[in-house]
Amino acid sequence: MAAQTLQSVPGEPTAARHEQSLEDAARRDAEGQAYFDKVMADDSRIEPRDWMPPAYRKTLLRQISQHAHSEIIGMQPEANWISRAPSLKRKAILMAKVQDEAGHGLYLYSAAETLGQPRDQMNQDLMDGKAKYSSIFNYPARTWADMGAIGWMVDGAAIANQVPLCRASFGPYGRAMVRVCKEESFHQRQGFEILLELSHGTPEQKQMAQDAVNRWYAPALMMFGPPDDDSPNSKQSMAWNIKRFSNDELRNRFVGMMMEQVKVLELTLPDKDIRFNEDTKKWEHGPLDWDEFHEVLAGRGPCNAQRLERRREAHNNGTWVREAAAAYAEKQSRQQAEKESAA
Amino acid sequence: MTTPEPHAGNVWPIWEVFVRSSRGLSHVHAGSLHAPDAAMALRNARDLYTRRNEGVSIWVVPADAIASSDPDAKGAFFESPQGKDYRHATYYTKSEGVKHL
Repeated sequence: MAAQTLQSVPGEPTAARHEQSLEDAARRDAEGQAYFDKVMADDSRIEPRDWMPPAYRKTLLRQISQHAHSEIIGMQPEANWISRAPSLKRKAILMAKVQDEAGHGLYLYSAAETLGQPRDQMNQDLMDGKAKYSSIFNYPARTWADMGAIGWMVDGAAIANQVPLCRASFGPYGRAMVRVCKEESFHQRQGFEILLELSHGTPEQKQMAQDAVNRWYAPALMMFGPPDDDSPNSKQSMAWNIKRFSNDELRNRFVGMMMEQVKVLELTLPDKDIRFNEDTKKWEHGPLDWDEFHEVLAGRGPCNAQRLERRREAHNNGTWVREAAAAYAEKQSRQQAEKESAA
Repeated sequence: MTTPEPHAGNVWPIWEVFVRSSRGLSHVHAGSLHAPDAAMALRNARDLYTRRNEGVSIWVVPADAIASSDPDAKGAFFESPQGKDYRHATYYTKSEGVKHL
């Protein structure tokens, strides 16, 4: 999000720095670390050109690029329903939502680029299957009611996850998340409304809404990531003020919100074990199939191959557009130069 | 540490986007994007950063045309205002209680 090409990529040795002695470099690292530690202690923000530990940069690059990929791949399950939306109004809403997802991906790619990773490299990693993205988007959207369940539960889980990320210690990430969160609430409300209308429709429509909720419930809960005792990176991310709450904390909070909202929908959640634990004051849910989660994440989910194939296809279909735009820009600048030299 | 060359392999340059949210306010940095030229950068900026009437005017600036202060020199570069409290109204306490001052 910030101007990162101004000088060197932060943390990268420049020509001038090569000339410095090793002691200078070591002192600079020590000073950088001290400043970084102070920023963390003060709960302040790190900006792209600040010194940062290599592992902090790497963690953020992984998290932000995966987040961006999730937004881009996340366009597919819903784009799939644009042509079959039940009314012109719903079609317009769905197009706006899918366009937002593209926008969210672009905000996040911009934020990731400030860490020194070229956009095209991230894009290539995604298409080559080297990059991960949220497991949720490898599930199929079978009926129109899935548009409702995705908006209500998947975007709802995303919001629960993303609101605390607005305070992430890396400035560009936090700022991108502020923008994303502002737009997500429309996504969740439109999904809720789809389910509400179906739930108040014919018995078949109500059943369709219930089936969609049943299908998306567990995958949506798994969006928060593995349980805390199986989440090796969480502790470090919390120490770095990237993550503010643990996976289980966020998941439990989300279950509580769903429990209230599902009553308004007059539907049920497919989990008999949901309860409010009076001792811990936290919501609890039934067991989730973490083997399935790891399988989907490893590329063996219901739609992984289809999603990546579609991404590659879209990229390749756009080649002529990118080439034409570049050729036009080149021609314009050549004509401008000729005009100036003639004057 | 081997960090990739900045933006190597990107076909289109990066533009920084500044949006004026309403008349009377300054343009504020909104984010960045890639575009082949200024005209496309403006169109992309409109689609990316003003989908909900967030702006009445947009600037796009090639990212490498922006000069910026060195983050490592933040102390030295911004030192001069320190110790110059007398530049703030709050320095002058004797006039407290005097009306309209």
